[in-house]
Amino acid sequence: MKFKSRSNEKVEMQLTSMIDIIFLLLIFFVMTFKIAAQEGDFNIRMPIGGDSGAADTTNLPIKLRLRSNTDGELIDIVVDDSRSFGNDFGKLRAFILQQTGGNAPPNPEDGPEVELDLDYNLRYAHVISAISAVTGQRQGDEVKRLVERIKFAPPRKPQ
Amino acid sequence: MALKRKFDTKAAEGDMTAMIDMVFQLIIFFMVLINFSQDDQNQSIKLPSSELAKPADVPLENPIVLNLGFNGNVYMGPETATIAGLRPLLELEANVLKANGKSAKDANVIIRADGNSAGGMVQELIKKCQESGFEKFALRAKEEINP
Repeated sequence: MKFKSRSNEKVEMQLTSMIDIIFLLLIFFVMTFKIAAQEGDFNIRMPIGGDSGAADTTNLPIKLRLRSNTDGELIDIVVDDSRSFGNDFGKLRAFILQQTGGNAPPNPEDGPEVELDLDYNLRYAHVISAISAVTGQRQGDEVKRLVERIKFAPPRKPQ
Repeated sequence: MALKRKFDTKAAEGDMTAMIDMVFQLIIFFMVLINFSQDDQNQSIKLPSSELAKPADVPLENPIVLNLGFNGNVYMGPETATIAGLRPLLELEANVLKANGKSAKDANVIIRADGNSAGGMVQELIKKCQESGFEKFALRAKEEINP
């Protein structure tokens, strides 16, 4: 029996529609792509009574008073109504380091608590800077935790 | 005099393989980097930056995202309210949690406040949430690239 030989012609796929779809997908991803900085959280536990958990058994219940001018800029950081650091968060961190010995306890509930009392107009960016100065210190890629328990004093009336 | 045809009548076809390879690589790149979790973020909010702000290893349980604008408006998903008028929205969230066998105490309220907003407004927002039974808060900041 004689078999019919196949044609030697090259079989070509029709790629046009696939390329169309691929380009549409590419345009979609390019348009929806945005470069955004990573975000992180500072956790605060604040029940309505104002008690943020176990009582502070350390000798470091620190009250942090943040004063602002009418424009909302930070003018003074006062700790426990006695020590003033101007608007230098570096000095505040050094003080916290000195007070805590540079280490947060393994269980955050056992550690000291910092209460933030701020002027109403103070820009929120300064509040975050204060929380950063109190809660830890970055050493290379590592973060050294200092104070884990943060709470806010009742809000002051707008000036 | 008869002229000899210079070119073949067959249509000239470019080799598409390299281009398709490249386009696929681009698509894979964008697909890997696309982040749908940013859908609850209000792009008008300019978060304050902090050197300690790092993405959490484990996502927060029962998150409720509140975006606080410079003007004092609170953006909660598609809803907009003032701090004083936020209670019905918070009660709604608390009821949803209750229906799922949880309470407001189990929720994590993520506060994304504008860096230029007044700190007192954030305190008021926290107080308003406390009145609806919420206890756990997370103040969100963006990672500072060059501290």
